[in-house]
Amino acid sequence: MMDAVAIPPFERFYEQHRVEVLRLLRRRLGVDRADDAFQETFLRALRAYRRLEHGEHLRAWVLTIAQNVALDMLRRAKPTVELVEVGADDSRPAYEVLADLTDGLPPKERAAVVLRYGYDLSYEQIAAALDSSPDAARQATSTGVRRLRRSASHDRIS
Amino acid sequence: MTVSPDLDRRFREAAYGLDLLDMGFDVVDTPIGPLFVAASGHGLAAISFEAEPDEQLESLARIAGPAVLRSPKSVAEARRELDEYFSGRRRVFDLNLDLRALPPFTVSVLHELARVPYGQTTTYGALAAKVGRPRAARAVGTVMNRNRIPIVLPCHRVVGSTGDLTGYAGGLDRKATLLELEGAR
Repeated sequence: MMDAVAIPPFERFYEQHRVEVLRLLRRRLGVDRADDAFQETFLRALRAYRRLEHGEHLRAWVLTIAQNVALDMLRRAKPTVELVEVGADDSRPAYEVLADLTDGLPPKERAAVVLRYGYDLSYEQIAAALDSSPDAARQATSTGVRRLRRSASHDRIS
Repeated sequence: MTVSPDLDRRFREAAYGLDLLDMGFDVVDTPIGPLFVAASGHGLAAISFEAEPDEQLESLARIAGPAVLRSPKSVAEARRELDEYFSGRRRVFDLNLDLRALPPFTVSVLHELARVPYGQTTTYGALAAKVGRPRAARAVGTVMNRNRIPIVLPCHRVVGSTGDLTGYAGGLDRKATLLELEGAR
């Protein structure tokens, strides 16, 4: 059988992942700001939920949304923040597979590449995670891949 | 670490307020026990005597879509009218109903069922006659048996031709209690 994994009712998805999402957000933002980010994360997920094509990798998906909500909040609060450093610890499951390879990419491109090729998500799903459009997700993915190619060939030359 | 009740409540209220839910549900306490109640933007979609939501979420998602969330505000109107009904202050429910995904025969039987007055009973055969299928008493019985919105769609007012209560998803005791509440017994 090749049936896609069914999408669970949102209640189950929410109950399953809310503690982990809140934990991640508290680490990124501190206890005070984590509450707002928590709500924003699950509202973004809920907005995109109907467009999901299957129920695979939902944990990676929601943690990526949380990651991006945290980035957005940090950016708003402190425009000069070092974005690469913000995300640079080992708690990002979506980045596990391609973490080393994509380390040098800007955060959005990195997330797009990992979600596309590490988790095989559709551009619709990636768009929801990045809070952008499917076209923008496609663009971020291909820009990221081009950047990786360039750096790979550069590595070979040097 | 847990998500505080306050944070949890705020998310659920925002999800409802932003109209992001395919279906919201909650448990409503009544004199005949806790009821699982679910409503969509179309209206009240389900009432179940099985108050534990786990069983119900998948079937709600199949009817309405996967954005199914516990959301007290989604069922606030139904809760109020049920409270009034059980305290004897309401005889007619004034709620929109979500009857999506039901076959036409079922819908026509349920429409007739909705017209059976408070405090009165009818029979499966009489209801069958009302929808123009006088010999379909058994099929009407099946529709009653699968009624997704008992109490509000008053299948408790439908009895056998001899006056026997015959059956009820919530058990015969509950059927008798509802009829007594309405003064029908």
